[in-house]
Amino acid sequence: MDLLNQLAEDLRLGEDDAVRAGTQAALAAGVAPGEILREGLLAGMAVVGEEFGRREIFLPDVLLAARAMQAGMEILKPHLASDGAPPAGRVVLGTVQGDLHDIGKNLVGILLRGAGWEVIDLGTDVPAARFLEAAESSGARVIGLSALLTTTMPRMAEVVALLRERGLAGRVKVVVGGAPVTQAFADEIGADGWGFDAESAVRSVKTLMESV
Amino acid sequence: MSVEPFLERLQRGPAILGDGAWGTMLFARGLPTGDAPERVCLERPELLTEIAALYLEAGAEVVTTNTFGANPERLGLHGLGPDLEEICRAAVSAVRRAVGERAWISGSIGPTGVLLSPLGSLDPSVARAGFARQAAALAAAGADLLCVETMTDLAEAELAVRAAREAAPALPVVATMSFEATRRGFFTVMGVTPAKAAARLEAAGASAVGANCGDGDTMAGIAREFRAHCALPIAVRPNAGLPTIASGALVYPETPEAMAARVPGLLEAGVALVGGCCGTTPEHVRALWEALGRKV
Repeated sequence: MDLLNQLAEDLRLGEDDAVRAGTQAALAAGVAPGEILREGLLAGMAVVGEEFGRREIFLPDVLLAARAMQAGMEILKPHLASDGAPPAGRVVLGTVQGDLHDIGKNLVGILLRGAGWEVIDLGTDVPAARFLEAAESSGARVIGLSALLTTTMPRMAEVVALLRERGLAGRVKVVVGGAPVTQAFADEIGADGWGFDAESAVRSVKTLMESV
Repeated sequence: MSVEPFLERLQRGPAILGDGAWGTMLFARGLPTGDAPERVCLERPELLTEIAALYLEAGAEVVTTNTFGANPERLGLHGLGPDLEEICRAAVSAVRRAVGERAWISGSIGPTGVLLSPLGSLDPSVARAGFARQAAALAAAGADLLCVETMTDLAEAELAVRAAREAAPALPVVATMSFEATRRGFFTVMGVTPAKAAARLEAAGASAVGANCGDGDTMAGIAREFRAHCALPIAVRPNAGLPTIASGALVYPETPEAMAARVPGLLEAGVALVGGCCGTTPEHVRALWEALGRKV
């Protein structure tokens, strides 16, 4: 257990080399790959998300931790398939049409992946229909929409409306976020969840996945 | 008004009144979403002249150019990279047509939108060269000062200030960052405090420092921290709150009166330049003008 606590702590501090070595050491000690993922890497990333949410740490710390997470995952991945550790779920993510900003959206992707989700990132300037197609073809139950421009926020409403039109409302949930996006706005357009920041967006996705 | 140098007035007082938002005004005039707001400089400069005239009429003594994203990284997203110089020239000219010598023109320089290496992919020397290009173009077009604004990364803000000082040595540079209130005090999302920003932006050559694009409630507190950590004049430009949607349109909740009510507190905190950021309009500027005691 000490091995995994140390791994979580090294990840939190963004120490790539230590995370790589710690992952290898845990595998060599015979710890199940799924346990290394959950109790080591994901546990560390969860702390990072919470601390960022409280602004006890900041964006650079989160990016370093995400990089360390990736270093550990590279070593762990070949072992995970046999262990059968399933991802937490699948999320389609993108910045809405007309908006090219992706720093916030990428951060949400990093934290979601860090928390065990499979993320289908559609990039920026994504039309409403593409979000639905991606959700349907992948079986994702949550769509995450990002906007930085106040002028592209109404595009979020289009995605919600299109889900209703196609009878998918309720089966596929929508979480919205981005600097100008508020809970009141999310309620107004009928979104299922809202993220004040990347960390609360991930919590919102988690809550929704438990309800679908 | 440009007869008196901007810097002298900033240091001597009384507090200078800035303008309000530009994006908000352009979108109200039908700017298509998702396109570069800077394209307006090339295609519909008369809109910029119209907005500048409204801000001048409301009492603004500084009018900002529509060049927030006129750096190679952002313009490149829209295929406008080669037009950087022409965009800056057209943006300054459009404002000059409205304000003549009755207001100072502030050339806006915003962040690249890309994280600097080693965290991100942007080479600092490339970012610096881009900022220098933008500053030189704004200066050549006749801007009276430059404003490096809405920064969250101190390294990027310093690069922009240094590049501006080097490429346009005659122009004062107002450098402001976007802070939020946390339980441990004010920080940008990159973890920069006003104290750290004050010292390093002053060392980089800024003529004034402060905050923009943030909650109005935080501005006096932030100004006091800047005050305590540097000798420079302080500039603040808060948002009109966070927008909500009402019958399909975006509404910024903070009224001109609510914004103006903070002016005494800001002046007490030592603010030498006050204006508005996202969601503020000529009505907000007019209310600030009255709160500054400029009523005739």
